[in-house]
Amino acid sequence: MTNVIPLPTRKDEAWRYADLDALARVWGDVPQGPERIIVPAGETLSKQIVLPVAMSGVSITDLDVVIEAGATFALHLLATDADYGRMSVNVLLHEGAHFEMGGAILGHADQTLEIVTSVNHAHPNATSNQVVRSVLAGHATGSFLGKVAVARHAQKTDASQSVKAMLLDRTATANAKPELEIYADDVKCAHGATVGELDKAALFYMAARGLPPSIARKLMLQAFIADAFVSLEDDAARETIETRALAALEGLA
Amino acid sequence: MLKIENLHAQVGETSILKGLSLTINAGEIHAIMGPNGAGKSTLAYTLGGRPGYDVTEGSATFDGQDLLALEPHERAAAGLFLGFQYPVEIPGVSNLQFLRESLNSQRRARGEEPLSGAEFIRLAKEKAGLLKMDMDMLKRPVNVGFSGGEKKRNEMVQMGIIDPKLALLDETDSGLDIDALRIVGEGINSIMRKPDKAVLLITHYQRLLDLVKPDFVHVLAGGRIVRSGGAELALELEEQGYEAVA
Ligand SMILES: Nc1ncnc2c1ncn2[C@@H]1O[C@H](COP(=O)(O)OP(=O)(O)OP(=O)(O)O)[C@@H](O)[C@H]1O
Ligand SMILES: [Mg+2]
Repeated sequence: MTNVIPLPTRKDEAWRYADLDALARVWGDVPQGPERIIVPAGETLSKQIVLPVAMSGVSITDLDVVIEAGATFALHLLATDADYGRMSVNVLLHEGAHFEMGGAILGHADQTLEIVTSVNHAHPNATSNQVVRSVLAGHATGSFLGKVAVARHAQKTDASQSVKAMLLDRTATANAKPELEIYADDVKCAHGATVGELDKAALFYMAARGLPPSIARKLMLQAFIADAFVSLEDDAARETIETRALAALEGLA
Repeated sequence: MLKIENLHAQVGETSILKGLSLTINAGEIHAIMGPNGAGKSTLAYTLGGRPGYDVTEGSATFDGQDLLALEPHERAAAGLFLGFQYPVEIPGVSNLQFLRESLNSQRRARGEEPLSGAEFIRLAKEKAGLLKMDMDMLKRPVNVGFSGGEKKRNEMVQMGIIDPKLALLDETDSGLDIDALRIVGEGINSIMRKPDKAVLLITHYQRLLDLVKPDFVHVLAGGRIVRSGGAELALELEEQGYEAVA
């Protein structure tokens, strides 16, 4: 099936950090249009997505989610196995709905990985919480673009984003770009973003107790990305995605 | 056990240790005192192998091997323990996980069997009990949200679990309340006062030395040991100050 939708351009805000050259090579083959998910009123749905491995090296997942009144959707993402990987999520929240998202971006070499979300608080009393943790080595680029839109009558909206990146090499790049469009006045929108390196004082402290640098780094990185998955309530599911993430971390160093 | 000869070290571009010599034998407790900025912590960090602390001259041998040639974690496995003046917080990593990984890394490096989870918990409970620290604190992330005194007490729990040959304790007494000081002093005695172990206490106060009686007291000033004596030297210092004594 040939693709009729035109290739995105960098002018399109949601694609500003994308690897468009890689995308152009596979554009005819990538699945068109998002996967649609509807969480019925009052229900709770939890989903974990690990970016799939693609022969072409380009891997894209695209979700379009409607969370109906009083429903909760918990989404946990792991972006790691792609030269160019993109996970995009478009969410519409109805009254009193909740969207919980945790994402980890773990890249090295020349990987370009991104999580792009658009969370639309179209009705009152809905809440959303997005936590993204990136660990980037080599020449990798990891990006989070998070748009939050609050409609005029969506009072008592509570939307928060916490975005932290850890660069293992100075040559890696982290982008964090929040975009807030708020038309209601009684809302809480919190956003925090930091980029850092492994704490050298902590690494020496751990070495002074006998931990070889490889294990010390592993413990610290494991703790760092755990933030992305704490909100996953099902222990078995959390363990599954964390195990995948840990394996990816081992491959970064 | 530890023989430091003519040690010169710099931090960045600044020379801090300028020809320091000190010998510590098994079974001995030494105290180093000295004015702020004299280089006491620098000595501890240099012996521990902290990156950025460069030895430009001199030597340090530990049980006959060249200490300065070892990586920091290898120095720990060889039996060196550093009690930090400012213990570091490690968010998200629990004390128990940290200490179990640390101890077992050391044991593997020495060719010993790692401890099982149950064996480790038994050991941790015993040492936490010795230092009167609540086990719940050991479940918390390393030093995160601990008070100054709790951090110092935690250093001693760690020392108890790791059971080193030589402990360099950098102002472990600072920040402890009166009861905690006594508990920590007794802890140091019970863990380290043994014929095959040795301690170097860095301190500003006689109070700790009343509890952990040193065999030798040294004054470090300007990057060198400028005076050495017995336990009485500390009393003399307390009365007369560094200027008069050193
Ligand atoms: N990173 C650094 N760069 C430059 N100078 C440093 C650095 N770290 C320490 N120093 C200097 O080295 C000197 C010795 O510091 P050190 O911490 O060893 O002193 P100390 O004897 O432990 O003092 P205190 O009793 O206050 O703990 C001080 O003058 C300090 O300012
Ligand atoms: Mg000091």
